[in-house]
Amino acid sequence: MTLAWQSVDFPGGKVSYTSEMSFISESSQTRVPCYRVLEDDGDLISDCDFQQVSKEDAVKMYSNMVTLQIMDNIFYEAQRQGRISFYLTSAGEEAISIASAAALSEQDIILPQYREPGVLLWRGFTLQEFADQCFGNKADYGKGRQMPIHYGSKKHNFFTISSPIATQLPQAAGIAYSLKMDNKKACVVSYIGDGGTSEGDFHAGLNFAAVMEAPVIFFCRNNGWAISTNVSEQFRSDGIVVKGRAYGIRSIRVDGNDALAVYSAVSAAREMAINEQRPILIEALTYRVGHHSTSDDSTKYRQLDEIVYWKKARNPVNRFRNWVQNIGWWSEQQETQLRNSVRKQLLEAIQVAEKTEKPPLSELFTDVYDHPPSNLEEQEKHLRETVTRHPKDYPSDISV
Amino acid sequence: MGNRAIAEIQFADYIYPAFDQIVNEAAKFRYRSGNQFNCGGLTIRAPYGAVGHGGHYHSQSPEAFFCHVPGIKVVIPRSPRQAKGLLLSCIRDPNPVVFFEPKWLYRLAVEEVPEHDYMLPLSEAEVIRQGSDITLVGWGAQLSVMEQACNEAEKDGISCELIDLKTLLPWDKETVEASVRKTGRVLISHEAPVTGGFGAEISASIVERCFLRLEAPVARVCGLDTPFPLVFEPFYMPTKNKILDAIKATVNY
Repeated sequence: MTLAWQSVDFPGGKVSYTSEMSFISESSQTRVPCYRVLEDDGDLISDCDFQQVSKEDAVKMYSNMVTLQIMDNIFYEAQRQGRISFYLTSAGEEAISIASAAALSEQDIILPQYREPGVLLWRGFTLQEFADQCFGNKADYGKGRQMPIHYGSKKHNFFTISSPIATQLPQAAGIAYSLKMDNKKACVVSYIGDGGTSEGDFHAGLNFAAVMEAPVIFFCRNNGWAISTNVSEQFRSDGIVVKGRAYGIRSIRVDGNDALAVYSAVSAAREMAINEQRPILIEALTYRVGHHSTSDDSTKYRQLDEIVYWKKARNPVNRFRNWVQNIGWWSEQQETQLRNSVRKQLLEAIQVAEKTEKPPLSELFTDVYDHPPSNLEEQEKHLRETVTRHPKDYPSDISV
Repeated sequence: MGNRAIAEIQFADYIYPAFDQIVNEAAKFRYRSGNQFNCGGLTIRAPYGAVGHGGHYHSQSPEAFFCHVPGIKVVIPRSPRQAKGLLLSCIRDPNPVVFFEPKWLYRLAVEEVPEHDYMLPLSEAEVIRQGSDITLVGWGAQLSVMEQACNEAEKDGISCELIDLKTLLPWDKETVEASVRKTGRVLISHEAPVTGGFGAEISASIVERCFLRLEAPVARVCGLDTPFPLVFEPFYMPTKNKILDAIKATVNY
């Protein structure tokens, strides 16, 4: 017999009693549905609920997705040729980074994981700037200190990438809280993969954001694989979307390969985050078509035909192309022109980046602190003496 | 519980989320319970050290953080044969152990490794090269760099004794001291940044116990006090020539 009218106060509020012992099931009868606007072939689903995109934005979105695809192919090859030391692609996830970026304003602050260069591309980071970071030359804003793909750009409100997983999430909560303190009409968007949600920082970041009522969008790219760990070995929940409620965070599951759906969801999330001053969780379902990175061979742990299927039949770039072409905003001719132009620009950017000098030796010692302490001044002096004595030990493309 | 756990951290650079469990739990499990419970079945393995292109987060040498925690052991092999014997000892040791494997050697090292079961003792340093003018102390991949320096120093008539510490915590002071009492000079080399690195502990201990025997200050040839840089890696590293210069300076002090 349920005595629903009897409730009692505990810390945390009133709760009603029941004398029926029942456990909340570990899973719901049905999985949380996935929001999509485009069919797999790019046709708009009739009567769907979505945020319309202007022709200018749609064309820019599509062009950026193609650019990202080509950039990935060419830089990946450059690594294979030994010209850069490392690379990782966004293959299969082009819609996620481009469409989410398109729905934001330039004042919104990005805390990436590492598979979202599309966001930087949308905001105007040039192919040359990407190449310069990958080659670690003196034009790299990071001054050659980090591995390739660890981009950062203050002018684009894109915090510098670090390799550790999920560390950006608690930082995102804090940065969002800072925006809240300053009454800014902006939010933070932080990206994470499916694997990253198993980290302690995922819990800390989401819980803090919820309690502090911070305007941050946590965007989870659930691409099925955390290097070689499949999602079936990552969690026992219905993906990540259901975890939002555990923190009191409003959440949505979206088709990550549907650019319009991603755009709509992020637009709506941004409005809620800023106007209601609350965090939002978006889980985008997608597939990691490429290997984890150039240090991985994913055919060792997954079926080749699974990869090919997603690459061909579920390709987000082709899907969006079909939509953009069908409304008459894009043509075969533009396609050819764009691909040729981007390819040419990339090859040029790589040539320039390769020839550009590396940062000078002094940059090894700067920025550890705001000013170098005496131990570093001493070490620099001692190192310069060593380099003078043993020049052959040191690369010739770094000026002393 | 009677079972053994061997945890792998993909890169030592990513071990820090486990720091609370290692320091506050594993290291203190036996002590705080009055020996009712223990965590001896735990071994944690992690690849550490420079690899040529690892940058900030695929090159770190975090051994010093762990050497500061009574209750765990820290072990670092220099070669495949050592790795097998030491790892088996770590797994069977009744204390929690952190085992750092030099990733630089994964693809590089070639050695005959016995197929049978064998164990190498923990907390026993090994003199891997006999000498009389100076004692060099190191571990892991750095030993082969130090060995090259020793070979070149020999051409200049300097006889170097090289010691592989193998276990950093608890470390074999007796072997190192015996060597220093013979040579009167010591040089320590590690990839980790010099300030607060494990070389500082060795230096302080040797000075405490061998002060009057020392002919020169204890030398340390280590990584710089910066995050591990990508394009500047060759400048950051404690190279053969940096070590050789320090050997000569120490011998000529």
